[in-house]
This record gives sequence, C-alpha cells and structure tokens, in this order.
Amino acid sequence: MAAPVSTVGKPSAERLPLNTTSFQKKTRTKLISIPGTRPSVQNGQLLVSTGVTSLDYLLGGGLAVGTVLLVEEDRYDSYSRMILKYFLAEGVVCRHELFVASAQDNPDDILQELPAPILDDVAIHKPVEQPRLSCEPQDSLDAMKIAWRYQNLPKVQSALASSSRFGHYYDVSKTMEPEIRQAAKCHRFYLTEHPTQSPPTHSTMLESYSALLKSLQEVINSEGFDVAAPMSKSRNILRIGLPSLGSALWGDDLSCHDNPRNGHALATFFYGLRAMLRSSLAVAVVTVPSHLIQDRALMGNITRLCDNAIALESFKGSERETNPLYKDYHGLLHVRQVPHLNCLASKLPDHKDLAFKLKRKQFTIERFEDGL
Amino acid sequence: MFTELNSILNTTPDSFTQGEFILLSDRQSDASFLIHHFLSLYLRARCKVCFLGLVQSFNHYSAIGQRLGVSLTQAKEKGQLVFLEGLKESLSVLIPQDTETGTRAMDFLRDPAVGLKSLYEFVRSGATSSGVGGREADGGEEWGPPVLLVDDLSVLLSLGVSAGAALDFSHYCRATVCSQLQGNVVMLARSDGRREEEEDGDDEGSERLLRGLTHQCSLTLQVQGLPTGFCRDIHGQKCAGGGDKAMNSTNRRNSFSTKSTTKEPPSLLPGHRALFSSFTFPAFPFGLLSLLHVTTDHHVSISPDNTSWVLSCQK
Repeated sequence: MAAPVSTVGKPSAERLPLNTTSFQKKTRTKLISIPGTRPSVQNGQLLVSTGVTSLDYLLGGGLAVGTVLLVEEDRYDSYSRMILKYFLAEGVVCRHELFVASAQDNPDDILQELPAPILDDVAIHKPVEQPRLSCEPQDSLDAMKIAWRYQNLPKVQSALASSSRFGHYYDVSKTMEPEIRQAAKCHRFYLTEHPTQSPPTHSTMLESYSALLKSLQEVINSEGFDVAAPMSKSRNILRIGLPSLGSALWGDDLSCHDNPRNGHALATFFYGLRAMLRSSLAVAVVTVPSHLIQDRALMGNITRLCDNAIALESFKGSERETNPLYKDYHGLLHVRQVPHLNCLASKLPDHKDLAFKLKRKQFTIERFEDGL
Repeated sequence: MFTELNSILNTTPDSFTQGEFILLSDRQSDASFLIHHFLSLYLRARCKVCFLGLVQSFNHYSAIGQRLGVSLTQAKEKGQLVFLEGLKESLSVLIPQDTETGTRAMDFLRDPAVGLKSLYEFVRSGATSSGVGGREADGGEEWGPPVLLVDDLSVLLSLGVSAGAALDFSHYCRATVCSQLQGNVVMLARSDGRREEEEDGDDEGSERLLRGLTHQCSLTLQVQGLPTGFCRDIHGQKCAGGGDKAMNSTNRRNSFSTKSTTKEPPSLLPGHRALFSSFTFPAFPFGLLSLLHVTTDHHVSISPDNTSWVLSCQK
C-alpha cells in the first residue's frame, strides 16, 4: 500500500485541520528571530535599534546584541538622558525587557518620563489577546475570493505589526501612556534602596558596582537571557540602561578627585559588564559624566572597554548658543569608537563633524555643514 | 593571513624566524587585525599556539579565523590551540560563585597588586604541554614550536595591574617561550598616544609599558591613524625615513587587499556575508603601518628602515 501523500513532507506528527495547509517551511537558518531585531548586513550580527534612527545609522545599522554603548554626558545631562529614554522606550515598543539601575533618580521616575511612540494605528497591545492563528477554521462568509492567499493572515492590525518595524519615532512632548509602559517587564536597581552588604569585595571593584553586576547576572540567569540557556521558550532581549555611572553617588571618587583612590573600579566594572553581555542576549547603554573625570587616560581605557562610544557636547549655556553658525543645532556629537565585531573592518559612514538637534518628533544627527 | 604582509615580513607558514618577540602597537587606531593575521599564520604553520584572548570572546576570533581559512574550534579540539577566554573566566572572579571553576589565570582581578604570576603559569603550561600531548592520545600530533599571542596587554593596565608587573610578565614569557622553547611571542599593546597633553604621571602606565615592550621586542609593527584623519580614496604611500610623510603621492598601490584569498570560506554561517565579495567597494585606508626594527642581533635586514605602508581593506 502506498503511503498517503499528505504525510509526505510533514515535519511533525500532528494532524492539523483538513482545510488548512500543513506545509511548514523548514527554517534552515540558526538565527533566532526576536521581535525588534534584525541581522546586520555587514557581518550578520543581531542588531537592535537605539530608538534614534540617525544614531542607528552611525553605529552601522544599530546596536549589536551583546555590546555596550557608552554615552559621555553633556554638561547638564539633558541630551544623554534623552538618548537613554529613547533606548528604553524603543525597548517597550519592541516588547523587550528592561533593566534600569540608578543611584540618583528612582528608576520608576525615569520610566515614567519615556517619550510617547508615534505608532501608525492607535491600537494598544493587550497582553492577554492572542493573535489569530492561521490554522483556525475560516468562516465561509469571510472567505476571500480574489486575494485568497492573504486569507490566513491575522485581520487585526495591532501594535504587534508596528513593532515589527526596526526603529520608531517618538514625540517628546508627550509621555508614554501607562498601559503601553506597563506591558513591558522592567527590572529595577535603585542603589539607595539596595541593602548594603558588609562582606568584602573580591576585587578592586566598589561594593556598589559589585552589587549591580551581581543583580544583573541574577536577572540574566533567571529570565533566560543567557545564550547558553536551552532554547525551549521564545527568546527576548534585555535592554540595560545605566544613567550617570561613575558619579559620586555610586561611591566612586573618580569624578571628584584628580588622583582617585579606586581608579580602576569603574574600568573593572566595564570589563565585567562586557564579559556578561558577550554571553547573553542583552544590550546596555551607559551614560558617564566624563566632563567630571579629570584623568583622560582613564576615560580612554573605559572607551576601549566599551564597544560603541559617543560623546555629546551641548551648546546650552555656552557662547556657541548664540553663534549664528550653530543656530540650527543643539550640540555636537563625537563618535569615539565603533566596533569591529566578527569582521576585520567595516564600511561605516563618515564620522567627522556631527551635530545633533532634538526636535519634537525626531532626534536628528547630521554632518555639520558650516553654511557659507 | 594576509599574503602582502607575509611578503613584507618575509615570512610564510613554512619558514619564519623562531625566537622572535613581535610587538603590535597602535595609537588611536585598531591593530587587532594583525593579531588575526598572526593567529592564522601560526596555526597554518602547525605551531602550538597559546592565545590569551582578554578582550573578545572566542566566537569573535573563530568567526574571523574562519574567513581567513583556519578553524579555531578544530585546532582547539586537536590540542593545537590553547585559548584563554579572559572575559568568561573573569566573571567567576568578579562575581564570586560558590564553586570554583575554570583556570586561576584571571586571579589578578582579585588583587592586582599581586601581579600576573597566575597568568604566567597558565602560559607556561599552555606552551610546554606539547611534549606531553604527543604521548597522550593515540596518533597525537607533533606540533611545531610554541607561539604565544596576547590580545591585548594594555587592558591589564585598565584593570589595575601596574606597568611594572605587566613588563615582568612579558619578560618571563619571552624568557620561557622565545629563549627556552625557541618559539615566538606576539603581543598587542594599545595606547591613546596623546603626547601633547601635560602628563602628570597620568598616562605613565601605558606609555611606560609601550617603551618597555619596545625595548624587549625584536620587531615592532605600529598602526596609527592617518594624520589628516579619515580619507576615502586610497593613495599608495611609501615614505622613507620616519619623519616626513607626503600625503597624496601615488607611487604604487601598497594595500592589503583581501582579494588575494578568493575562495569562499567552506561553511558560511547563516546571515553572514562573505568578507571577500565580488563587487568592489571604494577602498578606504584606515591607517598607517610602520615597520620598525629595534634590535639587530638578528642578521636579517628585511626592508629599508622605517618605511610605511597605507593600509586599506578592499571588500
């Protein structure tokens, strides 16, 4: 007896309802597909968007998963904080998980100030509602006669569809609605609330940095962001935001003294952070008040320990604010470092003379042309 | 492995000088591509390689090595490559676990004042185990002279190790690997190179390390950015004498073209584009490579002193 034709080519033993196709495309690639990410065209790295599309372009398409972006703060920490908020807001829209650690502001306050995303439709993603599966039997009334190939696609265009785009735009005059924000899972680390541990640190790192690293590792291991974890459930990305790391509130005298006692504590922390991120599905954006750090060599070391590094210099309060040359911009942006990951060199856009401007719906970064 | 660099240095996988200490340094640039070159060169030369990967993960080197034609995973399995994954080992030190796993090589993170003795012990065991390995497995392969590659040494300074301790470590490695075992040592040391700022002993660490290493080594390859900055069009540049560099002089194209290796890597990871592709991109130089000969106790005079080449990567 010949085997029935319908069983040939079926990858699984399950029998699906008769009136739907049982053909499933066998994926050949081992690349995991996570919403909000895309592979880089240069080296195949998995990229996430920083929330600022022009910054994505500068970094070679986006932030590679497993890397750190260092943002050297401007003097008033306004634009660097804005970039951090864009980064976290992008995580909410893409339904990634967030981790915010702060010594000064309560992480909840930071999360409440995220800018509102500009979505194509007004539908808010409700976590309980499942998208319609294609194997549900269709009503004969809904059967399409001409566009029958599209019959099995979900009919409701929810916020899920807009999150399949890479990079979104935000309206900074409005804050994100609580329903959207609460749909994202967020982990917090607030240094003042963290219990101080008395056991001595095992390295040159400060207690606060050790505690932060430990807390990060616990989240990564427990929530399954470790790359080595079994692929049983769907994978997600962890977005880590660390505002004002290295400031005096972390217990670090790097930004207070010319010859700090623990000069290497912050560098050791960045080394540990790099080690942790390389083996997990996480991305970190760290802002450092580099204008307070006198030791330029130390900043150079820290920059080399991070993969991506940019520095912001705002015109606010300086004489450049009234300079007609700079009237179109809010500040200058310097790209200190971009990574060469898994490849020898990459073709990157020109990084000289960049200026940024924060508009209501867009944070633009462009080449500074002194209009003559 | 870049064949042009091999021809400049007069090395091939079959013949290279033994007992050499090669220093790779860069100023405001990235010389790590040289590490990949030497790694693939020595693996092809069937040497026993001990690699201290302190700044990147194993997968990074493995992915690039695959495109350069060597398989690091295979070399590790066969015992040819001993790889220290510094990042992974450091986590068990920085975040104390209950169980002690891994090597003790990164123990200097606990207390950098102690020095790099445990790291040196790792190197010594990695480089000298070739004698034992031949007898262990049946048909154990005989490897060539041991080679030590360090990427990179200056990160140790960021982690609190003193320049003196790092220089001691490099001296011990050189004594063991170069003199005793007649192998080679390749180390990468990076610096900012901002000499014009007033140094109140701030940068004394990395500059002192660089000067000390330059004294110890037999060959220095220095990579630095172009003085005028990033430039899109390549111009071949050859200048004699370290001082004056004439930009925009096109004598002949001295570029490290990666087109020399035209065969595709055998198993392309999904989603990756081959580094060597058929359509031409405009070549852009990303730095200057200078060859400086420090000691002449070797007889060779490989090329005229202090010539510089413009590097480019043609995709």
